[in-house]
Amino acid sequence: MERFFEKIGHKVIVGLLNAGEGTLLLRSILLQTPYIWKMRKEVLEQMHVVLIGSMPLVLVTSVFVGAVTAVQAVYQMQSLVPMKFLGVMISKTVFIELGPVLMALVVGSRLCAFYAAELGTMKVTEQLDAMNIMAIDPVRYLAMPRFWAATLMIPIVTIFADAVAVFGGYSISVMTLDISSGVFIEGLQMFYKHSDILGGLIKSVVFGSIIALSGIFNGFHTRGGAEGVGRATMTAVVGSCLSVLVADYFLAIILFQIIFKK
Amino acid sequence: MSIDYHIPPPPDQTVADPAAFAGIVIEGVSKSFGAKEVLKDTNLLIHKGETLVIIGRSGEGKSVLLKHIVRLLDPDSGKIWIEGEEISLMEPAPLMELRKKFGFLFQGAALFDSMTVCENVSLMLTEHMDWSDDKIKARACECLAQVGLVDSDDKLPSELSGGMKKRAGLARAIVMKPRYILYDEPTTGLDPITSDAINELIIKLQRELGVTSIVVTHDMASAFKVADRMAMLSNGKIVFSGTVDEVRTTDHPMVRQFIEGNAQGPLGAF
Repeated sequence: MERFFEKIGHKVIVGLLNAGEGTLLLRSILLQTPYIWKMRKEVLEQMHVVLIGSMPLVLVTSVFVGAVTAVQAVYQMQSLVPMKFLGVMISKTVFIELGPVLMALVVGSRLCAFYAAELGTMKVTEQLDAMNIMAIDPVRYLAMPRFWAATLMIPIVTIFADAVAVFGGYSISVMTLDISSGVFIEGLQMFYKHSDILGGLIKSVVFGSIIALSGIFNGFHTRGGAEGVGRATMTAVVGSCLSVLVADYFLAIILFQIIFKK
Repeated sequence: MSIDYHIPPPPDQTVADPAAFAGIVIEGVSKSFGAKEVLKDTNLLIHKGETLVIIGRSGEGKSVLLKHIVRLLDPDSGKIWIEGEEISLMEPAPLMELRKKFGFLFQGAALFDSMTVCENVSLMLTEHMDWSDDKIKARACECLAQVGLVDSDDKLPSELSGGMKKRAGLARAIVMKPRYILYDEPTTGLDPITSDAINELIIKLQRELGVTSIVVTHDMASAFKVADRMAMLSNGKIVFSGTVDEVRTTDHPMVRQFIEGNAQGPLGAF
């Protein structure tokens, strides 16, 4: 029993230490941000990785998210809610919640794993040490471009995903669920608020920074060889997904119960 | 039956005023990783312009000692002086400036695998020198020529053999014309001919650039070829220091066992 509590205590201390070191890493990245113009080539390369590299995944995921939302909404609404509300139901669900969160989980996991594995391999093969000896700060050269690429591009990916998901919902509704195009579009416009999209985008910005930070932090702290890289990648993805879900709850309260509340 | 070996006292590797010493002074450095104490109050002097080879068994802390010199690792206690400057408490900015005086050849070369050989070599110039692209490329090509890699500038590290990687790492290490070059196991894993070519390069760079070199190795053929002086690290301390001739003729039992490659002796076999 004593050993059990010892293990729990150890995990809590390690968690707190990691949170502290993660905050210091974020501080270092922000301090290096004035050099973003000098590092523009690296930033653009990383933006390309996030945006172009993620597109096939985003496309497939979003179409099916929209389609499933439409099917589920019709099933829930039948004989209770008029079908003219289908459009609003799909758009609000996608803009506020499914778009930002699912993109953070799907695209974020891909990105987080990529960052952790890439930087972790650089760590275990002494490439980060080499960079330090060459008087090149790995935070400026590697972390800062990745952080800003993820933070700025995940929202753009999310906007694209929102549009594709609504289109997916529309297509399925019109083609297979006997909803007319006019009814769906009328529903889309019915309770539309800019704050829905803005709230989703603010969430994506926060999620993007969480994803990048988790991947970079775990990559920089990789120990051992191939197993260490695998462990760092797994920890980064799990940590990123959990952090996104926890942050989603607090952001929902802050954004939709305080800031955008009428 | 245990044999009592006569182990001479360790050599005096201290100076009265480290701040006035022209080379590198390692003074009472200790370092532990968890329960394992790797360096124990280690003292070592590296004179300006010499090639010092640090020998010792695998896992004795040679690479750890090397990484302390450029503060890739911080000592638990002790101080390191480089050209009179104490580096243990140096702020990041002056530390970065100091590191520009160093070239470091890693055991696995540590080339950036997303960059070509030429980009690897020119990266430091791109970052620290306000030079035109043409001038940077010319300097990178000059360094690659010095290590015999003229036609490999646009290759990726994954397309190079082990020996070529080491040579590319060496070109990268000398691109800023450093005052100190640190070599971590420069010949490990290479065939004898490539090893000898690397040794020749180390000697050539020493002669042409007049740098202070520190070579960590347990390859005795390489050590005898490149060294001006050798120091042996055992059990976290420098147990012997002397010229190549002194190493050849010493009756220090640890050195004898090591250079003769005997399983029997004060160092033990495992």
